[in-house]
Amino acid sequence: MKRTIPVIITSVVGTVLIFSVFFPSGRTLGEDFSLFFDIIAVFAFFLGGGNLVRIHITKIYRQRPDWGFSIVTLIGFFITLTVGLFKLGNAEGISGSVTAAGSLLQEIFVNIITPLSSTMYALLAFYVASASYRAFRAKNREATILLIAAFIILLGRTPFGMMLTQWIPESFSILQIPNLAVWIMNSANLAGQRAILIGVGLGVVAMSLRLILGMDRTYLGSDSE
Amino acid sequence: MSNIGVIISLIIISGGLLAILIYSLRGRDVDRRIIFLFVFIAVASAVLFNIEFKEHPTLIVKKVFDKIENLPSGSRVLISFDYDPAMKPEVHPMANSFVRHCLVKGHKLCLMSLWPQGQALMTETLEEVILEEFPEARYGEDYVMLGYKAGNEGVLNVIITDFRKMYATDARGTNIDSIPIFKEIKSAKDMDLILPIGGGKPGPKEWILFVGDPGNVPVAPGLAAVVAPLIYPYYPKQAIGLLGGVKGAAEYESELRQKYPRFRDVYAPALRMMGPQTLAHIVIMAFIVIGNIAFFRRKRSETGA
Amino acid sequence: MRKGPVIITAVVVCLFIVSWIIKAVNVPAEDSVFRAFAQGFGVTFAAFLTLAVMSFLYRDNPFYKFAEHLYVGVSAAYAMSLGFWTTIVGNLFPRISEGLCNWFEVPYTEFEWHFLIPPALGIILLMRLSPKGGWISRWALAFIVGTTAGLNLPRFLRSDFIEQISATFLPLLVNWHGIGDFFSNLSLSASGQLVSILTNVVIVVGVFCGIVYFFFSKEHKGAFGAASRFGIWILMITFGASFGYTVMGRISLLVGRLTFLGHDWLGLITR
Repeated sequence: MKRTIPVIITSVVGTVLIFSVFFPSGRTLGEDFSLFFDIIAVFAFFLGGGNLVRIHITKIYRQRPDWGFSIVTLIGFFITLTVGLFKLGNAEGISGSVTAAGSLLQEIFVNIITPLSSTMYALLAFYVASASYRAFRAKNREATILLIAAFIILLGRTPFGMMLTQWIPESFSILQIPNLAVWIMNSANLAGQRAILIGVGLGVVAMSLRLILGMDRTYLGSDSE
Repeated sequence: MSNIGVIISLIIISGGLLAILIYSLRGRDVDRRIIFLFVFIAVASAVLFNIEFKEHPTLIVKKVFDKIENLPSGSRVLISFDYDPAMKPEVHPMANSFVRHCLVKGHKLCLMSLWPQGQALMTETLEEVILEEFPEARYGEDYVMLGYKAGNEGVLNVIITDFRKMYATDARGTNIDSIPIFKEIKSAKDMDLILPIGGGKPGPKEWILFVGDPGNVPVAPGLAAVVAPLIYPYYPKQAIGLLGGVKGAAEYESELRQKYPRFRDVYAPALRMMGPQTLAHIVIMAFIVIGNIAFFRRKRSETGA
Repeated sequence: MRKGPVIITAVVVCLFIVSWIIKAVNVPAEDSVFRAFAQGFGVTFAAFLTLAVMSFLYRDNPFYKFAEHLYVGVSAAYAMSLGFWTTIVGNLFPRISEGLCNWFEVPYTEFEWHFLIPPALGIILLMRLSPKGGWISRWALAFIVGTTAGLNLPRFLRSDFIEQISATFLPLLVNWHGIGDFFSNLSLSASGQLVSILTNVVIVVGVFCGIVYFFFSKEHKGAFGAASRFGIWILMITFGASFGYTVMGRISLLVGRLTFLGHDWLGLITR
C-alpha cells in the first residue's frame, strides 16, 4: 500500500498526460492535471519553508555551532513572509500586484535578494580565473583542442578579436577571429550539442517510460520511511 | 576618457600579468587571493574608466531583430522573464531592448514569468523602460503584465491551448477578459512571436519544447551565456535566432540604436559591459597561458633532473 | 573577546552609518525625509551585503555567514509569498470558494469539485515534515513525478530527438552549380560556398560521430574507433565553446556587481 498506490498514481497521471497529446478529448484532463501540478508545486514551496524553519529552530534549541546565524535566517524569513502575504506597503492594497513598484516586498527584492543572489554567482568569476591559472592544462590532444576552441570563442566574443584580425582580406574572412568564433558555434558546437541533446532526449524518454511503467521506484525512497 | 582608460587598464593588467608570469616561472605558486585581487582590480579599472566599443550584430542576433522589425504593427508578442538576479546583468538588458523595440514598433506586449523572481524583474522593466520612455503606452492596450505562475512546464502545457485557464487575471488582479489585448487571444498559439529570456529551468528550452514546436509559434530566445551553446541545436528550425550572453545583448542594443536614433542617449548596460568583458577575457586567456607555461617548464625540469 | 574582530565590526558599522547618511542626503529634495533615509538605507544595505559576500574570497567570516543565512531565509519566504498570491489565490480559490475570492479580491469563476484534489495532495505533501506520517507524502510526490514524466516524454521525443535528427539532414553541396563554378569562386570567405559546404559537412559528420562516441555497447576500434575519435574532437570543441561562454557569463555577473557598487553606491560612474 505504501509503495503500490504511489506507483499507480505515477502511472495513471503519466499515461493521461501522454494520451492528452494524441487524443483531443483527453486534452482537458491533461490541462487539469497540469494545473494540479502547479498548485502542488506551491505546496512544495511551503514544504521547503517549513523544513527550513524546523531545521533552524532545532539548531537554535540545541545551540549547535553558528546557531546565532539561524536567528538571522528566521528573522529574514518571517519578515519577508509577513510583508509578502499581507502585501505591506502596496499602494493598491490587497488587490494589487504582490511585487508592485514601491511595495515592501519589491524593496526587499531590490535591496536584499538581488545583491545577494548576484554576488553569490559573481564570485564564480574569481573561481574561473583561479581555475584558469591552476587547472586548465593542455596535457593531451583533446585538452589542447578544447583550449584552442575556448581561446577563439573568448577572443571572438569581444571587439579585441576583431581588432586583431581585421587586416585579413575578405577572401579569407573566415580566418578573422569573430567569424571563426561564429563558425565554430554554428558548426562544431552545434554538432556536439546536438549529439548530446539526442542522447539526453533518449535518456529522458527512457527514464519517463520506466517511471510510468513502475520499473523505477527510486523516487519513493527506502522502505524504512 | 575612454582611450586613456584603455591605456591605464592595459598598463595595470600587463604589469600584473608580468609579475604573475615571473613568479610562476620561478616555480612558486601564486596565492589564489592574489589572483582574486588582480581580477578585481583589472575588471574594476575597466568599469571605472567607462570603456565602450562599437558592436556589429551577428546573423543569429540580426534574425531576431529583423523578425521583430518586420512583424506588422499591432502584432502580439509574449516576453517571458524566466531569470533571477543572478542572471540579471546579462539578460535584463535583452528584456529591456525587446520591450523598447516592440513598443516603438507598436506591438502588443504580454509579459509573464515562470520564475518567482521574474515578476519583480518585470516590475523593474516597467519602471525603467515602459513608464520612463513610453509614457504614452496604455496598460491593457499596449502591454499587460500577467505575472508569475508556479509549475514550470505545467504552465506552458495549459497556456498552449487555453490562456484563461492559467491566467484568469493579470498580475494586478484585473479579469483577463476585460483587458483589450486579450480579446483576440485564446492561447499561446495566437502569439505572433515568443521571446523567452533566461538560462535555467524552466526557460527558453521549455518554451521551444512545450509551446514553440507543438504550437508552431516562432520563438527567439534571449539566453544567459552559460546555456547559449546548448540552444544552438534548435537554431534555425525551432528557434529563429538567439541572443547569447552579454555579447548578444550588446549587439542588439547597438542595432536598436542604429535603427532608432531616439535610443542613442538611452543607457545601454550591455554595450557598457563589453569593455570590462574584453579586458577580463584577456586576463583569463593570459592566466591559461601562464599556467601552462609554468606547468610545462616544471615538467621539463623534472624530466631533465 | 579578541580586539581584531571588534575593531573590524566597529569600522564596518561606522562606514555603514556614514554611507547611509550620505546616500540619504543625496536623494532628490521632493522626497520625504523618511523616504530619503529609507532609500539611503536600502542602497547602503545592498552594498554591505555585496561586500559581505565578496569577503568570502579572502576567507569565511561572520559577515559572509550573516549574508548567506539572510539570503536563505528571505529567498524561501519570497518564493512562498509569490506562489501563494499568484497560484493559490489566482488559480485555486476561484475554483473552490466564492467567499475566499471576495476576501482576497479576485474574480470567482465556478466551483469545480475536482480542484479539491490539489490542496488535499498539497497537505499530504506537507506531511513530509512529520516523522511518523511522512510515508503518505509519497502520494503527492508520485503525482509530481508522474506529471513530469508524462509531460516530458512526448515533447523530448519530438523536439530533442525527431526534430534534431530531421535538422541534421542538410545538403552537403550548398549552392552547387557544377565543379567549375565551385573552383572559380573558391575562397575562404565567411559567406562563401566552401565555408557553407564545410559547415554542413561538419554538422552532419560531427553529429553522427558524436553519437557513435556515446555508443558503448561496441568496442571502439577500426572505422568505428576512428569515428568515435572524431566525435571526441567535436565534443572537445563543444566543451571549449561552452567554457568560453561560461567565462563570459560569469565575468558579466562580476561586471554587473561592480557597476552597482561604482554607480549606485559610490557614484563614481556616470550612465
